[in-house]
Amino acid sequence: MSAYTISIVSIIGINVILAVSLNMISGFCGQISLGHGAFFGAGAYAAALAMVATASVPLALLAGVVAGSVLGILVGFASLRVRSDFLAVSTIGVNFLFVGFVRKQSWLGGEMGISGIPPTGFGASGNMIMILLLACATVVFSLYVSRSWMGFAFRAVGEDEQAAATLGIGAGAYKLAAFGIGTALAGLAGALYAFFTQFITVDAFDFILSVMLMAMVVIGGIGSTWGVVAAAVGLTLLPEAIRFVNDYRLLVFGGMLVLVIRLAPGGLAALVHNLFARTRKA
Amino acid sequence: MSAVLELDDVAIRFGGVQAVGGVTRTVDAGDFVGLIGPNGAGKTTLIRIIAGLLRPDRGKVMLGGSDVTGESTSARVRAGLALTHQIVRPFREMTVLDNVILAAGIGYTSGPLRALLHVSRRREAERAMEILGSVGLTGTERRLAGELPLGQLKRLELARALAVDPKIVLLDEPLAGLNHAEASRQVETIMEVHRRGITVVLVEHNLEEVMRVCRRLIVLNNGVVIGDGDPWEVMANPAVQEAYVGSGMMAHAEA
Repeated sequence: MSAYTISIVSIIGINVILAVSLNMISGFCGQISLGHGAFFGAGAYAAALAMVATASVPLALLAGVVAGSVLGILVGFASLRVRSDFLAVSTIGVNFLFVGFVRKQSWLGGEMGISGIPPTGFGASGNMIMILLLACATVVFSLYVSRSWMGFAFRAVGEDEQAAATLGIGAGAYKLAAFGIGTALAGLAGALYAFFTQFITVDAFDFILSVMLMAMVVIGGIGSTWGVVAAAVGLTLLPEAIRFVNDYRLLVFGGMLVLVIRLAPGGLAALVHNLFARTRKA
Repeated sequence: MSAVLELDDVAIRFGGVQAVGGVTRTVDAGDFVGLIGPNGAGKTTLIRIIAGLLRPDRGKVMLGGSDVTGESTSARVRAGLALTHQIVRPFREMTVLDNVILAAGIGYTSGPLRALLHVSRRREAERAMEILGSVGLTGTERRLAGELPLGQLKRLELARALAVDPKIVLLDEPLAGLNHAEASRQVETIMEVHRRGITVVLVEHNLEEVMRVCRRLIVLNNGVVIGDGDPWEVMANPAVQEAYVGSGMMAHAEA
């Protein structure tokens, strides 16, 4: 495997974790978050600091997960207080605040970021395999959650909080759980990213990334784990295959987002589902 | 008899209007209570306070002997209260069956962690089918709730309320918008619910049906109780009759 392939596959694995975890928050539980990049970034910075300090991979992974979920639960508390459209705006704000804050912190390397993160010792292919394993685990976990009573309750909360309450389902606890789980996984992805690049700057966690992740969720089909995985793989490869897409990422992803919402709100998952339904009838 | 629901001096004010002004009542286990009153009397407001959808300015709400005044709606439901909304609120994107299964799974969905650790829905599905049969919705299980006509959605509300296995149900105008046949069908179901030992509090404009089925009538006017007791005795009370003069409801009851 060439170094290029290894790096592409690693990035795909990280993006799958990010998109699937965002899908748990926005797809399963209906809490629109446009700041997923911030939780990813918090995980990456925490893992980078842990790596620099201890060179221990498990500790760095743990630091990433904890940092992502702590920030996530804080934002989750905000989600208890605002209506869903305001939540989208506030999470955008969280993303910008995160980037703005980190830029000014000398202990986080400021504009220069954190370089010289010690290697994991697994080598590039070892890292890739670790990333792929954790991506698979995330997908399996997401499939499990959607089948469990938690996924069932998430759908209820996403559709109508007050109706959920009359069935004994406390929307607040579930929204916090969705944010906690989704952002913990984003933090995990952050740690893996720090291992992969060994050098992080805050630009990697900006709002454009959050929009791209939301595009993966919406294009894949909000709430569908497999659809989101497919979209994450496709949208990661797209800028590699077509130079133009890379130059105009925000335009292309934003445009696709709008088109899908307008023309096929169920995304890839609904298209495939309809196709199957039609062939079965024929 | 043990009290299922107690209200102690419950009051709430909206701006300049005293919507509910110090209501103290006890509902015993097995009661079938009709809560009536002219438009704007505070019936729905009182129901919303009992359900935890509104916080009262003062007073206490007790369920099964414990104070739930500070508790959320979902906590009250887990404590044995069920309610149907005046305006139906099904999960439109779920099937009819899933709507009821979700309610029947209240033991699992009480907290996220518990919900995460359980997957099987077989037992709840069986129960849901049974309940759907008892409210007359057999045959609609696989349809999306959003596709059902209002008459069936009203029954779905009732089915979900039953599925949480309540001690007391608050029914906010379960007959509103139904035609005569649908309404009497719904009343039969409500009476069946009561026969199963569930305490019923019924808010309803259809006075004829209320007088027919309730054992106890509570009349609200301007947020205070002006009558409470045997339905026919209460309706004979001059203060109650006066409250209804001009509202046209007495005429409806006599019709």
